[in-house]
Amino acid sequence: MRDSNIGNSEIIIALAGNPNAGKTTLFNALTGLKQKVANYPGVTVERKEGIWRVDGSQTDYRLLDLPGLYSLDASSIDEKIALDVLTGQIKGLKKPSAIIAVVDSTNLERNLYLVTQLIEHGFPIVVALTMIDEAEKEGLKIDSQKLSHCLRVPVVKVNAAKGLGLKELAEAVKEVLQKEPEIPEKLKEKISSSENGHSKNAEIFARYSFITDVVQQTVTYPNQKRQRLSDKIDKVLTHKFFGLIILALLLLIVFQAIFSWATLPMELLENVFGSLGELVRSQLPEGIIADLLADGVIAGVGAVLVFLPQILLLFLFISILEDTGYMARAAFLMDKIMSKVGLHGKAFLPLISSFACAIPGIMATRTIENPRDRLATILIAPFMSCSARLPVYTLMIAAFFSDQIVLGFISVGAVLMLAMYLLGITVAIIVAFVLKKTLLKAPPPPFVMELPPYRLPKLRNVVQNMLLRAWLFVKRAGTIILLISMILWALAYFPRVDNDAIDENQKASIQLENSYAGQIGKLIEPAIEPLGFDWKIGIALVSSFAAREVFVSTLSIIYNVGKEADAENATLIQAIREAKKEDGSPVWTPLTALTLMVFYVLAMQCMSTVAVVRRETNSWKWTLFMIIYMTLLAYTAAFLTHKIGSFLVYSSIEPFL
Amino acid sequence: MTLANLAVGEVGIIKGIAGDSVITKRLMEMGVLPGVAVKIIKTAPFGCPIQIRIREYDLAIRRSEAELIEIHTN
Repeated sequence: MRDSNIGNSEIIIALAGNPNAGKTTLFNALTGLKQKVANYPGVTVERKEGIWRVDGSQTDYRLLDLPGLYSLDASSIDEKIALDVLTGQIKGLKKPSAIIAVVDSTNLERNLYLVTQLIEHGFPIVVALTMIDEAEKEGLKIDSQKLSHCLRVPVVKVNAAKGLGLKELAEAVKEVLQKEPEIPEKLKEKISSSENGHSKNAEIFARYSFITDVVQQTVTYPNQKRQRLSDKIDKVLTHKFFGLIILALLLLIVFQAIFSWATLPMELLENVFGSLGELVRSQLPEGIIADLLADGVIAGVGAVLVFLPQILLLFLFISILEDTGYMARAAFLMDKIMSKVGLHGKAFLPLISSFACAIPGIMATRTIENPRDRLATILIAPFMSCSARLPVYTLMIAAFFSDQIVLGFISVGAVLMLAMYLLGITVAIIVAFVLKKTLLKAPPPPFVMELPPYRLPKLRNVVQNMLLRAWLFVKRAGTIILLISMILWALAYFPRVDNDAIDENQKASIQLENSYAGQIGKLIEPAIEPLGFDWKIGIALVSSFAAREVFVSTLSIIYNVGKEADAENATLIQAIREAKKEDGSPVWTPLTALTLMVFYVLAMQCMSTVAVVRRETNSWKWTLFMIIYMTLLAYTAAFLTHKIGSFLVYSSIEPFL
Repeated sequence: MTLANLAVGEVGIIKGIAGDSVITKRLMEMGVLPGVAVKIIKTAPFGCPIQIRIREYDLAIRRSEAELIEIHTN
């Protein structure tokens, strides 16, 4: 087998085209599984490349998949990067030797706009016409030879999914590599005469005028009006009333899937990591190395990998929604509401996904083109109550609000749960609004969004995208997460104390109390005392920076219950209810529980999210800003909850506490 | 008269696009140019954005953007 190491091939070919033109399908067909993804230096534009091995030839091309583009005018980051790549301005990346321009034949005019710009730059180009089946079904006939003649570039009809036209494409690429590119005289004339015009945008007009002439000569339209299946589907899916209902139902299905289907693999992963830890313990001599590996590395990484099933599932859905064209419809339906807080309609789905887990939600914000809109969406996504907060809510409700009823039949637990979700949403709205008026203030970017025709998703694209996202999460977030887990482990492990407690659980509790984490808990006690928290809660707050659900296991260690207890463990609930301060008064009141829940709604207690935000914003500054402002907000809200709550309890106007 | 004045199902011919912003440019790059026919397909649930058809494809634009597009009907 030959080495598939990317970077050995000398000839770089770039793949350029409009979004939804079938670029990904072609890229996957040409490169197979030999792909790698990174970011361009300093920005979050994705750099995807692979090896294109041409059948029956010794040549390998490095195929570079550019971001989806409508134009080359550098008004968005994607366009700027694409232009830099094509002109050889990216450090460490040679100028591509040729470009394959992917053109959707059902939408020829607009797709050719980018092609005319590429031609003007004098790049060697091959046009790959995609969606030929669809065009023929609609009755469009495209004379590709004539098109090639008009544009002075080879034009090849391809069907990437079926593997048709790929050989011809390779031949055409070989051909353009060997000759000087040519600019059609007609295009030159139009552009040069537009330069005498007054408008700055006259060139755009000139290009389209050239395109209209070309299309008239090369395309025969059907006699009747084009029949579009998409119009019929849209009648239902973007219906003023039913459209919203369907969107809601769809989200319900997605959530159902994440909460029920993901549970089994999640438990499985937990068990695997549990046994792995035990295995390490049994194989290694007792001591610090075994403890570090089992409790630090394996448990820490396990706590994060346990999110993988959710991330995979969410990305499965997101990929399907995107590939079918529904994503743009969801943005269309929700834009009015999202624009009220200054966000783009495209922010809706990432935010909704964040109710399951903020990680895929934040990763999904890549579809938002405007960097400020995208940043604002990332900064508020963690306020959506994710599934990792549920154990905290469940424990608090089970300990202090179980079996309580208001208004005759509604359980207090359900009301509180709903209140926590609403609190998160409300704060997110306010923060987005404030950010868009202050730090992220800018004139509104264009909304202008294509509504592509509905298409059946390609299984291969969906699966590949899903695996890619999951892998990126594991790889990029992994290093940061490993580091933080080890730090948190060390904080709870050192200094070692000798204690002669016989009971294992008690031993663990004493160790934790005297560890650095315990000392930090005690150190921050004065700071959290105004919230009604003691140092034991402080330890749990510190250690649950790893992930929110760690709060439950830490609390159960400190209360001598052992680390295996879950949120519904009766012994743990009992221990919490009976915990006493030094003066004999209870540590926990229903108000403490409520305050703690409020804190967890708003605090940035998740190292995986931190790692992903760092990657997606490409900035430690914004990541730190996020941690700080969320913690401050959480503290303030918890403080107010505690103070107002105490006042109400004190004046005996107890609402339901 | 602007595109925002048209009702669903109506067709207009573009006369020009007001302003000289990023929005103007983006609209023009997408093929929204003088002389081109544009049809209103539908509006979103709360009246905005608007779905328009131009050059045989569909585009969603906000009402404020539609107001920049001057048209005439015949």
